[in-house]
Amino acid sequence: MLLEHAKILHAIQSSGEIIGRKKFQKMIYIAKKLAFPFQEKFQFHFYGPYSEELTLQLEELVNMGLINEIKEKKGGYYQYRYTVTENGEDFIHMFDEEVHHPKLNECLTDMNEQSSRFLELVSTVLYFDTLPKEQVYDKISQVKSKQKYTREEIDQAFAYIDSLKEKVSLQVQ
Amino acid sequence: MAYATEKLREEKVFKDPVHRYVHVRDRVIWDLIGTKEFQRLRRIKQLGTTFLTFHGAEHSRLNHSLGVYEIVRRIVDDVFIGRSEWNESNRLLSLCAALLHDLGHGPFSHSFEKVFHLDHEQFSQQIILGNTEVNQVLSAVHPNFPKQVAEVIAKTSDEKLVVSLISSQIDADRMDYLLRDAYFTGVSYGHFDMERILRVMRPREDQVVIKKSGMHAVEDYIMSRYQMYWQVYFHPVTRSGEVVLTKILHRAKELYEQFYQFKYEPRHFYSMFKNELTLQDYLNLDEAVVLYYFQVWQEEDDPILRDLCRRFMDRHLFKYVEFDPAKEYRKFIDLSALFKKAGIDPEYYLVLDSSSDLPYDFYRPGEEEERLPIQLLMPNGEIRELSRESEIVEAISGKRRTDHKLYFPADILYDETSKKNIKRQIRQLLGIR
Repeated sequence: MLLEHAKILHAIQSSGEIIGRKKFQKMIYIAKKLAFPFQEKFQFHFYGPYSEELTLQLEELVNMGLINEIKEKKGGYYQYRYTVTENGEDFIHMFDEEVHHPKLNECLTDMNEQSSRFLELVSTVLYFDTLPKEQVYDKISQVKSKQKYTREEIDQAFAYIDSLKEKVSLQVQ
Repeated sequence: MAYATEKLREEKVFKDPVHRYVHVRDRVIWDLIGTKEFQRLRRIKQLGTTFLTFHGAEHSRLNHSLGVYEIVRRIVDDVFIGRSEWNESNRLLSLCAALLHDLGHGPFSHSFEKVFHLDHEQFSQQIILGNTEVNQVLSAVHPNFPKQVAEVIAKTSDEKLVVSLISSQIDADRMDYLLRDAYFTGVSYGHFDMERILRVMRPREDQVVIKKSGMHAVEDYIMSRYQMYWQVYFHPVTRSGEVVLTKILHRAKELYEQFYQFKYEPRHFYSMFKNELTLQDYLNLDEAVVLYYFQVWQEEDDPILRDLCRRFMDRHLFKYVEFDPAKEYRKFIDLSALFKKAGIDPEYYLVLDSSSDLPYDFYRPGEEEERLPIQLLMPNGEIRELSRESEIVEAISGKRRTDHKLYFPADILYDETSKKNIKRQIRQLLGIR
């Protein structure tokens, strides 16, 4: 029951605090692409991979009092901050064995230190991981023309993905 | 004459209960409608198990696909034509993507995708790009055309305006399914003035925006979406049908993995059970095939599969109680233990269903760059997000509602011919006496 919610809760707990829904969306997508067992379905949207299911799960967790949401005004929009509540901490304990992945925490902490713009790029590169590398540069410049990512930034995204994969493979060995 | 611009000698029309008529003049569209992959959509219901609650909801994905096509046709031919921001050469791309946007849906898509980890969007891509009749038609337009259409449907096209016609917070897909689902379910909500919305849509570089003067029509659309979500899409009886259906699929898969000898072998399911599903296997599966198995599995020896199939076919579904998983988690553990003691497998007969299990959503502007909101075009040319201008939309966008229900077979729990005391304890815990 609610195992997928527990995994999301655990991801927030591992990250300490998540600032921004967009950032969290990209973190979970990247973790899923790294073969961590998240089941949420993602589709490509204007700002990269996005899961409506994940948005709803977050709302459910807030409504159940398992995570705390702070809504802050930022320019013409709102930004959301998420932390796990005490009840949330208790709830996770019931799923300890199922949600605990030694290297997931490390990957999430690392991702949480990156900017939301960079994670948008990383998740988009991963979304097109079936294309040859040279085509990925073209695709990013087409679908992300507004963000104006440079070739250097795209190279950094590739390098970052490799570093995350290395972390995950170290765990397997 | 080039195939891409070829017109039929006479316009063809389909009678349609929502749009009155669907008009086809383009040869390419006519040929796509005639392909076997598109015709297959006749055998897949638009609303899955909703017919168990609203008996009129038997309309198919083909009805809806034609409807989305017709809305996009009206937008590009009647509203966008001649506007400087609109690239007329994207007309056929828009029409084809609208017509084919749901091509990859399978029978009872949502349940099948959950159980077998499938993705209908990937099948849409495979059908458009693979060795199919649809691909032949699209390739005749231009060898690269199938890829262009596939990218619009996958939302990875650089033609973002075309993508937003079919997939955004106020797109032809949502407008058609809200009106169509309201019509076929017979509910009185779900209606809004689509003609008005179409008239105030304006093309911009990246997306469609709505003239401020059309805000009230959009408010109506948002309210319809909100009401349909709770009154139709998340109806507890429909969800019960979905729960039973999902459990049938799980049970059949489990039995297959245990080398159970089916009286009626599920040949159409084998490749899914083995995770070796090919495109052809997928196309061979429709709701007529699935319901055939549910019909014959009522005679299987396995009591769980037999019982679940009977429940689905005879609409003898599970009952439910409201449930708060955070506060009542211990109760769920206790109930599972009692179910086992009573000889009722909780894996199949005690199911928590949450609002996040649904493939529908209602409008939330969210935060910056989370996903694209509905944008209003103000008289001074500025662009403003809808909920900033509309108090009605702001009120329902800020209202959080989520929901969890616990489903169980009440008839078994009331049957006191066996395990009477345990069943009483279960009923007491569920609060159903």
